[in-house]
Order: sequence, then C-alpha cells, then structure tokens
Amino acid sequence: MNGTLTWRGWLLDPAPVSRRQARLGRWFRAWLAFRRNGLAMTGLFVVSALVLTALAAPLLVDPRAAILQVLTERLQPPSSSHWFGVDELGRDIFARIVFGARTTLIIVALVSAIVTPVGLGIGLAAGYFGSWIDAVLMRITDIFLSFPRLVLALAFAAALGPGIENAVIAIALTTWPPYARLARAETLTHRRSEFIEAAELQGASHLRIIMSQIMPLCLPSVIIRLTLDMAGIILTAAGLGFLGLAAQPPAPEWGAMVSSGRQVLLGQWWVSTIPGIAIFVTSVGFNLLGDGLRDVADSRSS
Amino acid sequence: MCRLLFSVLSTFLGLTCVTFFIGRVIPIDPVLAIVGDKASMATYNRVRSEIGLDLPIPVQYWRYLIKVLHGDFGNSVITSQPVLQDLLRVFPATLELSLMALMIGVIFGIPLGVIAATHRGRWQDQVIRFGSLIGYSMPVFWLGLIGLLVFYAKLGWVEGPGRLDVSYDDIVPVVTGLITVDSLFAGEHEVFWNSLGHLVLPAAILGYLSLAYVARMTRSFMLGQLKQEYILATLAKGLSPFRVVWVHALGNVWVQLVTVIALTFGSLLEGAVLTETVFAWPGLGLYMKNSLFNADLNAVLGGTMLVGVVYIGLNMLSDLIYPLVDPRARERR
Amino acid sequence: MSDTPLLTLRNLRVVYPGDEGDLVAVRNVSFDLGRERLGIVGESGSGKSTTGRAIMGLVAAPGIVTADEMRLAGKDLTSLDERGFRRLRGKKVAMILQDPKYSLDPVMSVGQQIAETHRCHFRSSMNAARAAALDMLAAVHIRDPERVYALYPHQVSGGMGQRVMIAMMLIAGPDLLIADEPTSALDVTVQHQVLAIMDDLVRSRGMGLILISHNLHLVSSFCDRVLVMYGGRVVETCAAGELSKARHPYTRGLLASLPELGRRRAELPQLRRDPAWAEG
Ligand SMILES: Nc1ncnc2c1ncn2[C@@H]1O[C@H](COP(=O)(O)OP(=O)(O)OP(=O)(O)O)[C@@H](O)[C@H]1O
Ligand SMILES: [Mg+2]
Repeated sequence: MNGTLTWRGWLLDPAPVSRRQARLGRWFRAWLAFRRNGLAMTGLFVVSALVLTALAAPLLVDPRAAILQVLTERLQPPSSSHWFGVDELGRDIFARIVFGARTTLIIVALVSAIVTPVGLGIGLAAGYFGSWIDAVLMRITDIFLSFPRLVLALAFAAALGPGIENAVIAIALTTWPPYARLARAETLTHRRSEFIEAAELQGASHLRIIMSQIMPLCLPSVIIRLTLDMAGIILTAAGLGFLGLAAQPPAPEWGAMVSSGRQVLLGQWWVSTIPGIAIFVTSVGFNLLGDGLRDVADSRSS
Repeated sequence: MCRLLFSVLSTFLGLTCVTFFIGRVIPIDPVLAIVGDKASMATYNRVRSEIGLDLPIPVQYWRYLIKVLHGDFGNSVITSQPVLQDLLRVFPATLELSLMALMIGVIFGIPLGVIAATHRGRWQDQVIRFGSLIGYSMPVFWLGLIGLLVFYAKLGWVEGPGRLDVSYDDIVPVVTGLITVDSLFAGEHEVFWNSLGHLVLPAAILGYLSLAYVARMTRSFMLGQLKQEYILATLAKGLSPFRVVWVHALGNVWVQLVTVIALTFGSLLEGAVLTETVFAWPGLGLYMKNSLFNADLNAVLGGTMLVGVVYIGLNMLSDLIYPLVDPRARERR
Repeated sequence: MSDTPLLTLRNLRVVYPGDEGDLVAVRNVSFDLGRERLGIVGESGSGKSTTGRAIMGLVAAPGIVTADEMRLAGKDLTSLDERGFRRLRGKKVAMILQDPKYSLDPVMSVGQQIAETHRCHFRSSMNAARAAALDMLAAVHIRDPERVYALYPHQVSGGMGQRVMIAMMLIAGPDLLIADEPTSALDVTVQHQVLAIMDDLVRSRGMGLILISHNLHLVSSFCDRVLVMYGGRVVETCAAGELSKARHPYTRGLLASLPELGRRRAELPQLRRDPAWAEG
C-alpha cells in the first residue's frame, strides 16, 4: 500500500527531477484521465480481449476444430457443447470465431505496419523539405485520397487475386493518404521551432533531425488516428471477406462466415449472426478506444 | 478556378494510371486468353503486337488514355457488350439507392448532430452518440441480412431483394432509370409502391450508416462553433437560443458539412457493392462483383473508373458549392 | 441623473466548479452605477469579463452566479430566468466584445446582423429593420452605409468591424453598455476614433457604460470612475481624476508601472502582488 502510494506520488510530482520521471508522469496523468472515461475503458477491454483471444487461440480451442467438418453435427443450434452452434459444413462456430480473431488481428497489424511508415515518410518529407517536394507529394496524396476505397480494393483484389495479403495491400493503398496529411501538418507546426534550428546548427543531418526530433512528435496523433481508423479497416476487410476476396476457405474469417451463412439464414440464424456480432463488437471496441484516446489528447493539448 | 481544373485533371490522370497499372499487372496474360495456350510462338507474338503489348509503356498508357476519354472501356466478357453501355444501364439503380440513403442521412443526421451538440453531456447527447457509434461500427452487409430476415422474412413489412417484383418488370418505360421517379411520372402507382417497398429497407440501412457519420461530424463541428466568440455576441444581442443555434452556428457548420456530405455520398456508392450483393439490387456494385468473379477485368476497371469519376465530380461539386455557403470563399475564386 | 441607480450589485460572486476544487472568479463585488462611465481595470484573470457577463446572465455553463442584490434599472436580476434575461439583453444591457474578427458571424452580412437585433426586439418588418440598421451605421460614422450593409465581416477592417459591433449592440437602445476591452484588438491609430464614437453615443443617449480594460491610462481618460479588481475582488474605487491619490498597494503598483514620457527610469518597477488582497 505504502509502496503504491509513493509510486503515485513520484509519478504525479509536479516538479519532476529527471526527464524520465517527467515523461512517465505525463503518461500516468493521461492514463488517469483515460481511466475515468467508462466508454473508453470498455473499448480498451474489447480490444485487449481481441488481442488475447487471437494470441491464445490454440489454448482456448483445439486448432483443428476450426476447420474440422463433422457433417453429422451440421447446423446444430448453440448448446453447451457448441457454444455458438455449428455451421453448414459441420464446423464449430465458436472455434472459428476464436481463430477468426487471429485473421482480423493479422489484417489490422499488417495494414498498420504498411500505412504508418508510408504515411509518416511521405508526410514528414513533404513537411520538412517544403517547396516542390511538398507540392508533388501532396498532389499524389490528394489523388489517392480522392479514390473510392472499397472499389479500388476490389479492383486490386481482382488484379492480384483473392487472398489476405492482397486484401491487406488493397486496404493499405487506400488508407495511407490521411496519415501523410497528418504527419505533414504536425511537421509544419514544429518545422520552425527553436529546437529544430538548434539541431540544424549543431550540424545534424536532415534524416537525423526528422527521425529523432520530428517523428516522435508526430507519433501520438498518428497512433490515435490509427486506432480511430481501425474499425473502418476491420469493416473493409470484413466486407472484402464477405465478397470472398480476403481469406480463402477453409480459413476462418468473420466476413466470409457471415456470407456462408446466408443460405441458411431463415432456418439457422446463428450461422450468419454470430460472426456479424463479432465484427460489430470489435469495431465498436476500436471506435470507443480511439474516441477515448482522442479525448485525452485533446484535453491535454488545450 | 484554375486550381480546381488542375486538381481535377491530375486526379483523373492518377485514376487512369492506377486502372492502367492494374490492367497490366493482372496475372492473366491477355494474349494467352485470346490465342489459347496451344498456339505457336509466332501466333503469340503476332497477337501480342496486334493488341499493342510490345509498345513502350508510356505509349500504351497514352493509347489507353485516349480510349478512356472516348468512353471506350472495352467489351464485357459476360454480357459481350461495351462496358460503358452496361455501366450506364446499371448505374441508375445505384444512384436511386444512394440518393435515397443520402437524403435520409442528411435530413436526420444534421438535426440529430445539432441536438447532440447543444445538449452536450446530457441524455440526448448520450443517446445520439451511442446510436451513431453503433451506426458507424456496423458491418453493412450483416445489417442488411438481419434486416431482410426480420422485416421481410419474419414481419413481411417490406418487399424482398431486387428493385421490383417480377410481375412489374418492364411496365414502366425507362426515362431517368430511377424506377420510383419513372413510375410516378408514368402514373403507374402500383409499380411505384412496389418499387418503394423494395427500396425502403436497403435505403434505410445505408441511410442509417450515413446518418451516423453525418450526425457525428455535425456534432463535432457544432461544438467547435458554439465555443466561438460570435455566439456570445449573438446571445448578448438578445437572440433566442434557437436562432443562435440553427441560424448562426449551423450557418457556419454548413461550410464544413459540404465536404462531409460529398464524402458521404461517395462512401454510399462504395457501400453499394456490399448492400447490392445482399439485396440483389441490380446496380453498379452487383455488376462489379459479378464481373469480378467471372474474371471480367474490363468491366471491373470500367466500374472503378466510373466510381472514380463520380468521386472527382463530387469533389468538384463541393468546391463549387462552397461559395454559396461561405462568403469568404467567394473572393478566393 | 435619477435617484435610483441604473445598476446595483451587492456581493456578486461567480464560482466555476472544477475537478481540482472550485474557482472563485468574482468575490463579493459590490458597486452602484448611474448614467455614468465606469472603468474596470485589473490584470488578466482578475474577473473583469466574468463580472460583465454575470450582469448579462451569460456566465458560461458550469459557472454559478450568486448575489445579495443585483438590480438593473430597478429590475431584480437574481430571480430572473433565462427567458427574462433574454428580454433584457440587447434592449436594456448590451455588450461589446474584444475582437470584431471573431465576434461577428462570418457568414452573415454585417447589415443583416445589425438588423437582426432590431427585428428581435421590435418585431419589425425587414424594411424597417434595414432602415434602422442603415441609420445606425451612419450614427457610428460609417460613410457609405448602403455599401457597408452588404459587406461580410471578413471584408471590413478592425476599426469598422468594431463600429459595426457598436451599431449592432446599440440599435435596440440599451440603457447600459458593457464594453469588454473594445479596442485592444485594434490598431492604435483607430483605437481613439472608435472609443470617441462609442463615448459620444453613450453620452448623447444618456446611457451607462462599463469599460473593461487593461489600460489604466485609457480608462482614466474616458471614464468618470475607476474600479480596480484583483483576484476577483474590487480592491479600490476612485474617481478617474484622483487615481494618483489611490491608496491600495496594487493600484499604486499599476500606476508605477505605467511608462511616463520625459522620465527615464533605471529600472522598471515590478508589480507587487499579495494573495491576501484577494482574501481581505
Ligand atoms: N468558463 C470558465 N470556466 C472556468 N473558469 C473560467 C471560465 N471563464 C473564466 N474562468 C476563470 O475565471 C477567472 C476570471 O476570468 P475573466 O475572464 O473574468 O478574467 P479577466 O479579468 O477578464 O481577464 P482578461 O483580462 O484576461 O480578459 C479566470 O481565472 C479564469 O480562468
Ligand atoms: Mg476578459
């Protein structure tokens, strides 16, 4: 008890003695503000649950259950042995939902891994160097920004063939432009700051200044934006899955699961409904988390 | 005006670049598709140069661009008609659906956003925010399925998939392509009510999603405006809160909403691919989806181009509308 | 001047409840105002604007206003609801804000914004309101009212914007005008012009004026009486001509830090503050 109290005191110390203490204290204060927001905490809970489920999937259910077809058990309603029922090919829906969390998480992670460096790179370069580099890069960004996302993803999927990787590429290609805009705007606000000039005077290279001084300043807003976009990415991915353009059978993917349940919708509602609920809950979770993070960031900056 | 033209042109060139690129990287060899895999090397090369694949890429692109500008997207493999003709046939169905949804989204979304902002933190705000959170977190295809299950199959309140019952097909001559409008002008009331019955569910579902987005954006723009000094000044003049909110604050919010509405309409066109699949709605989305699964690349790229062009058109339109709602934009032109 | 004062305040308190305790923005402020010109000075955050807003019933959301007595032209303000305040605003008491750039609605023409006040209080027709607005524009020395009527706020200069603001606030003929730093956002060259126009109107209409400012010079030259606020409290009241006789250390400090022509000082005096002044 005493230990936690002093930790708290150390973190909330209004006059921190070290940089580390100041930084940790700042994060801790943000966390305190975040914790007070019930909806944001719900979002955090949902997202953590998704990540944990995805990581621990093989521990939660037998990996084979997700694709094992037991035709004698086809279309069984939810019961104690099959919590979410059985689909039209005799596969346990619960197991497929659990492994579907993996698919979702992989898509989200890959899209983020592409979008963040691409968006940051273009935005930082445009904002830092300015002049014609800026004009050209931003023109390209604007062009991509004005493309219809799902339709372009569709065209890419048509060209590259269906599959998770191609779905990821298609989504990433239509997701990065706002990040470039964001990074550029952040860079412009700091470009003329004194600490950048100081670094320039010390002879630091452009790359070094961008990477060590400007990028860390852009990261928080990029992360918040990414969280807010996550729901949209998940919905697009699920949409591509529903159209049969993402994960290929028999791999479990929520959108494709909704689609495959359509034939039996009238009689066996659970086959389509349950994966749909999974998509919905995940996307609500990310939206709540993103809103919460943005609120904390807004109240800190004002 | 010059800027606008430049941005429209560059976006259009970008769009054609992308479709051209997609057309070339596709793993299917178009030459092979024509000559078959038993053809000799000589035949292969002859056909290859006939369709211009041996030319340098810029030249190929130039040829492609010229064709596109003439409205030539090639022929569809499935319908074996020019793709443009197919597109023009299916597009009105999509337009009807998305216009209806947009109307729902704007007519309800803006007032709800305003109410949420003026009641910030109170139950009205909570309800509206929660309702719109659900809306923009919802997988549209799933909501469509559930809607069909409940309102069509179980309750029988609305008509099922498609635009019309089969018995009403081909009664009304196509003028605008919007069946509700055409049937109304032709005086075919039965057809009108039937088509409305088919339209209402998909439009309501898409409309709900755009409402969610419009309400959310309106709320945040309104909160921004309500903080401004001029709001205090209008209150100090003695105006009623009603006038302050709905005339002054909303008048300023319109400026920002123009883009949002254009974006919403764009995303409705996209959402059409999914909704039309669920509702068997014979529009652009369904056409593209079917082409996709029949490896009809010309049709898919033509559809992409059409949606892209509509997007560009929407951007242009919102640029033209700005000056109407914002006096500051009138001089900049 | 009549016997009953235009405005009476007794122990006005404004509290903003917050997470880390309540913030008392105005503490027990009391004064009477006749048809005279009263200046309020004080540093940033001393509660000047909040006092002015409390009189208009426009204290922002979480703020709580209490007073033993608050009367405007004989009307009790403490028992007034929002609707009652709305009838007073513009008609009995009006307020001019700091920067016309932000305090005029950017998407409505300035003429319409002036006419709107008229229509709201007199239920007048479009044409009548327009005519009144044009007269009012002329009254604030705008040369071509017809042309200016149709301009939008971004098309008028700061000085003209503030004159529009004055026209907009005075068109319904209020008895009291609260001017919250009306010239601090303007070019020095037009500051005096705007103040003179305002002063002229206030005098000729026999109105009361509360002029809020940072600027002691300006206040003492335009006002009859000066209130000095510190930490939400009135620490000194004196006639404008007798500022030099002020006794309170804070006022003396303010006076001492005014630059004076023809005198060079080795060191600028520092303004001394004492939290006890706000408590006392
Ligand atoms: N809406 C609000 N919520 C919380 N506190 C507020 C609010 N408005 C003002 N305050 C606080 O009330 C105090 C008085 O503010 P006020 O604006 O009246 O000062 P002022 O004397 O007008 O200062 P300035 O010269 O900067 O305009 C300040 O400490 C301010 O932080
Ligand atoms: Mg103030």
